[in-house]
Amino acid sequence: MAEVMSTSRAINAAMRVAMAEDPRVFLAGEDIGVYGGAFGVTDGLLGEFGAERVRDTPISEDIIVGMAVGAAITGMRPVIEMQFSDFVVNAMDPLVNQAAKLHFMYGGNVTVPMVLRLPGGGGTGAAEQHSQSLEAWFAHVPGLKVVAPSTPQDAHDLLLASINDPDPVVLVEHKLLYKAEGPVEVRGSLAEVDAAFAGTVPRRTGGDLTIVSYSRGCAVALDAAEALAADGVEATVLDLRSLRPLDLGPVIASVTATGRLLVTHEAPGPVGVGAEVVAGVVGSEAFDHLLVPPVRVTGRDNPMPYAPGLERATIPQVEDVVAAARRLMAEDD
Amino acid sequence: MEPLQLLAPDGTLTGDVPDGLDEDRLVGMMRLMLLGRRLDQKAIALQRRGKLGTYAPLSGQEAASVGSSFAMDPDVDHLVPQYREQLAMLHWGLPLGTYLLQRYGHPRGAELPEHRRLYPQQVALAAHAPHATGLAWGLRLRGERAAVICHFGDGASSEGDAHEAMNLAGVTGAPVIFVIQNNGWAISVPLHLQTRGVIARRADGVGIAGERVDGNDVLAMYAATRRARARALDGGGATLIEAVTYRLGAHTTADDPTKYVDADELEDARTRDPLTRYRTWLTGAGLWDEAREEAAVAWIDETVDEAVRVFDAAGPVDPGAMFDHVYADEPPRLARQRAEYLAALGGGA
Ligand SMILES: Cc1ncc(C[n+]2csc(CCOP(=O)(O)OP(=O)(O)O)c2C)c(N)n1
Ligand SMILES: [Mg+2]
Repeated sequence: MAEVMSTSRAINAAMRVAMAEDPRVFLAGEDIGVYGGAFGVTDGLLGEFGAERVRDTPISEDIIVGMAVGAAITGMRPVIEMQFSDFVVNAMDPLVNQAAKLHFMYGGNVTVPMVLRLPGGGGTGAAEQHSQSLEAWFAHVPGLKVVAPSTPQDAHDLLLASINDPDPVVLVEHKLLYKAEGPVEVRGSLAEVDAAFAGTVPRRTGGDLTIVSYSRGCAVALDAAEALAADGVEATVLDLRSLRPLDLGPVIASVTATGRLLVTHEAPGPVGVGAEVVAGVVGSEAFDHLLVPPVRVTGRDNPMPYAPGLERATIPQVEDVVAAARRLMAEDD
Repeated sequence: MEPLQLLAPDGTLTGDVPDGLDEDRLVGMMRLMLLGRRLDQKAIALQRRGKLGTYAPLSGQEAASVGSSFAMDPDVDHLVPQYREQLAMLHWGLPLGTYLLQRYGHPRGAELPEHRRLYPQQVALAAHAPHATGLAWGLRLRGERAAVICHFGDGASSEGDAHEAMNLAGVTGAPVIFVIQNNGWAISVPLHLQTRGVIARRADGVGIAGERVDGNDVLAMYAATRRARARALDGGGATLIEAVTYRLGAHTTADDPTKYVDADELEDARTRDPLTRYRTWLTGAGLWDEAREEAAVAWIDETVDEAVRVFDAAGPVDPGAMFDHVYADEPPRLARQRAEYLAALGGGA
């Protein structure tokens, strides 16, 4: 039975389910114990599972992730919280050169079933080094899986699926979504969620254009779609959910029907997820159905500024998506 | 390893007043420490009124910051601070108004003094420690007689960057002083979860000088840093100073320390207040009295009020400012984004 809860509660509930069921699952990160994590996501878990399984670590992102790689290889199921996704820069060797490659380099003899939770994104006034959307970096690396939930239920399920996954998974969490609420069916066990569920799904359907996004971008896209509907333009909104592997089938099918593609995300445009989506569609059978060139509405090419007005202007807003969609609709007339 | 102490917690002088401190400077240290304490109150009030972004109070750490700063020469030496070194930054000539603008995210808050010996406060933990080593090495290569001082926390000291910076300083003999502000906490994580070792002893492991100092004793902090600076300038290489102190306030205005700080521990720490200790000694030495305290408070209030005036006068943030300084040599794509954005602003609404 579903109950309404915030994304942070939904993630918390998933950790509780996994930890209660599987003694191999443990949490590690900075201030995740008494403090409950910088965003309250691990609240209460220390009391329930103890300090050995809810581990406040020294401030050493490199060793936190490196330790998780080692623990995962030896059969544990570490779930790591980066306090802010930006600090993962200190842990790129264990993540990119080790976790992503060891299964391959050891001829399949080891697996690295670790989960790395990355609270990212802007809009919280946290400035340049605490606001980035770095998902494209990880989606670029063979050996890593990258998922980016937009709803509390998906955050819950994707965490469980990630813990179940034999490969290293990067879970992209947008800080502004933590408080967002929605119905969540709390799963009874890890096995209830199959990673295969994590393909692209529609959040809204309409025949005039296809808007693709993920994570918080979906909320922006849905609001834009509502605004467009007031003008009689009906958009389909697709949520990618998984960025690697990327499920483009539903995108190609939708664009084949609508002829118009808009991709939006908060991360900057160059070499981003949007570029991958557009390239995939343009290279598919949907190409012949495109009425206008696809567009991307992305974060700007500057670091996230601290000043509130500038921060807002750096992040794609509903009105930016609406304006771009209107241009798309006008072009083929 | 017993921390170096020159002033007992009750304000008794247990050693000699270090060289280099005349009456003016002894009084100057007291005034700057007092400024720190009052700045915390005022900045927190401004933050609560929505005028400032997140603020990291320094209460409890005034002596470590001020003592180490006074032992350096801002006219030649370089400061590479973590985010709780407001007082060191002011000592290096940062106008308080600029500091407040920085805490609001106003682009003008990024302006650093002309002399360029002060670096922005670092928030990515220990990321600046390697810079400090590189700066110091650069000074040596250019034959400049100057040193670098770099502050960071007990939490930041767990980063690989901190260790690597100190090790490279050892190997190169770079004239750099690392002041580790061991204030007992890294947000909610107490020191014993950060390390089981004595921080100052890490110096041995990388072959630099190490000192453990009572960070609530401004004279001891001054003495240790002065020694470290002389060593650095004389080719004796780097020093690690562990300032044993305590964070009396919240981690930042976004934090609620009552969740994790034991009330008795905090009460106990208050008995070692660095301001009380120094004021007691200074008063006994005939250098401080109520009149001086009042004069200092008046000066501080005027300084802060003036800074708030500068802050208020800075005006709104230029809407296109996020495009400034992304590159020193702006690529056409960004120039285009800027032009389109400003045109849309002008044409819109
Ligand atoms: C690389 C990195 N990791 C984590 C953080 C988040 N963070 C900010 S301050 C802080 C605690 C720092 O403690 P310490 O270095 O002891 O300094 P203090 O706040 O006590 O002055 C943490 C974990 C960060 N800013 N940068
Ligand atoms: Mg600390």
